[in-house]
Amino acid sequence: MAAITLTGVGVAIFVLLRVVPGDPIAMMISPGASPADIAALRAHYGLDAGIGQQFVVWARDLLRGDFGVSISLHRSVLELLAERLPATLELAGAAFVVALLLGVSVSVVAVLASDSKVAPLIDTVNGLFLAVPDFIWALLLVLTFGVFAPVLPLSGRIDPSLDTHFTTPFYLLESLLTLRVALFSDICKHMIMPTLALALPLAAVLTRVLKESLREAMVQDYVLLARLKGKSRLRLVLQEALRNAIAPALALTGVQFTFLIGGTVIVERIFSYPGIGNLAIDAVINRDLPLIQGLTLAFGALFILVNIAVDLLVVAANPRLRHG
Amino acid sequence: MVEGALTQRTDVSATRRRWDWIGVCVADPKVAVGGGFILCLCLVALAAPLIAPHDPLEQDIMLGLTPPPGFAGAEPGHWLGTDDLGRDVLSRVLYGSRVALTVAFAASALAAVIGSTLGLAAGWRRGWVDAAISRLVEIWMAFPPVLLSILLVAVVGPGVGSVIAAIAIIDWTRFCRVVRAETMNQASADYVTAARAVGFAPGRILMREIFPNVAPVLIALISLEMGIAVIVEAILSFVGLSVSSDTPTWGGMIAEGRQALHEGWWILAAPLTLLLLTVLAFNLLGEGLRRALDPVMRR
Repeated sequence: MAAITLTGVGVAIFVLLRVVPGDPIAMMISPGASPADIAALRAHYGLDAGIGQQFVVWARDLLRGDFGVSISLHRSVLELLAERLPATLELAGAAFVVALLLGVSVSVVAVLASDSKVAPLIDTVNGLFLAVPDFIWALLLVLTFGVFAPVLPLSGRIDPSLDTHFTTPFYLLESLLTLRVALFSDICKHMIMPTLALALPLAAVLTRVLKESLREAMVQDYVLLARLKGKSRLRLVLQEALRNAIAPALALTGVQFTFLIGGTVIVERIFSYPGIGNLAIDAVINRDLPLIQGLTLAFGALFILVNIAVDLLVVAANPRLRHG
Repeated sequence: MVEGALTQRTDVSATRRRWDWIGVCVADPKVAVGGGFILCLCLVALAAPLIAPHDPLEQDIMLGLTPPPGFAGAEPGHWLGTDDLGRDVLSRVLYGSRVALTVAFAASALAAVIGSTLGLAAGWRRGWVDAAISRLVEIWMAFPPVLLSILLVAVVGPGVGSVIAAIAIIDWTRFCRVVRAETMNQASADYVTAARAVGFAPGRILMREIFPNVAPVLIALISLEMGIAVIVEAILSFVGLSVSSDTPTWGGMIAEGRQALHEGWWILAAPLTLLLLTVLAFNLLGEGLRRALDPVMRR
């Protein structure tokens, strides 16, 4: 199933890019180039063949692990992906964890305070957070922490003046595992704003669902039994209700997480963060066909992996599914 | 005589019921606040040439980067300051609402037409039609929307028309899914069975019986979609793919403001505030409409 979707995405993007007007060669030649030069360049990138033949060549190379060469950056697409994808993965992963922590804690507080005046306030604020998308959050954060309280770096992934000898492209993980504290804190500082911009809308969605399923769980018999045993309300929520309420919330978060990955495109752009989203915008503006194709496949694969991961998480969180 | 009076009477109450929903909607505070804001914005957009204090394109390098009144170095007459080329930020923001609203209305209308036509077809005909349309929706939704819209506009070429088309081409799936589910839901209702039994043609049942019952959901969805369209337009002009740079847009101003952040924060703050308020208003309106038009939720 996943393979079919990925193939569909690949074919669709290939056809779309070739039937529409717009010549990638026209964007890279110098004004004085002769028609022979243009033809040679076209042949070099395989753009002189028919669309069917181009597709066969592309698919054959792809299966061999050859994603082609970027037209605008003159580098192997696979190499570029290997360099940029980890940055996006770290950003999306961090945003997911932050959203999960925020969503769960706000929901727990909302359920604990469901009789007080705080509950409607949480609902209203959450409604507001649901309506504001990552693009606006990112810019609000830029305005707040870039201008009014300039404490966070506005762009990039790491301070260029720092000594950066990384053996893997996973800077955040590597600096953490190798205990390079200064580097790690610098990377974190760079990631705070883009991470929050992506995490806040997701946290709001998670809160809406989790709050409801927690409220439902709180009136179940097993919670009543636990209450009769004398457990505190906080323990009831955390130990009894949450365990059962988290599964539907997680399933929904999976769908939302794919939106989050889509959101990395514009958020990376705003913060000049060197991930695949930022690269994708440049690739599109430059009509860099091989790069666009490689990036689209990477995004498609990411979506599918996230969906599989969420399915596994849901099974892990629900004992009934685990044993059946 | 008696018979005639009776039919007339039912007609009157039917008309009253048909227009009742407008009253119900306006009475909803969310609809009133959200709709009120959007209405004001529409008036501002229409009257932009009359109320804007300056020509939005008029440059005055001598007055570049002057802050809004109340800050050191402010110039009278520039209520929200000027940008790096000395253009009046307030006038540009007012003119920017024109592109934003044009895209919001046109794109959501187009997306609604495409999506609900396919959704009605899938939900009514079922079978292979439904299977084909549903698969299409699934494949469509596997693309990251922002990337897809940038891609579409980049290949078709920038401009308001391309932006509208791109949003409609991406977001019809939202309408399709909801309208399909709602149509299926309505098609199994007793009143449809009754209409069939009476011998109404399928087309008539679909348009006269089912569609009016799907319409409330559709209206709420269109309002939410307008909020999305405003954001997507801002994103596309932020990237530089919307209208040409001599037409002021909120997204374009946001991009300029992001560049000149440390010299003039107001260039970013002004369009961002308006964008935020517009998105919130469309959401409020959509939420309110959904609640007001849904008979179950109303009770």
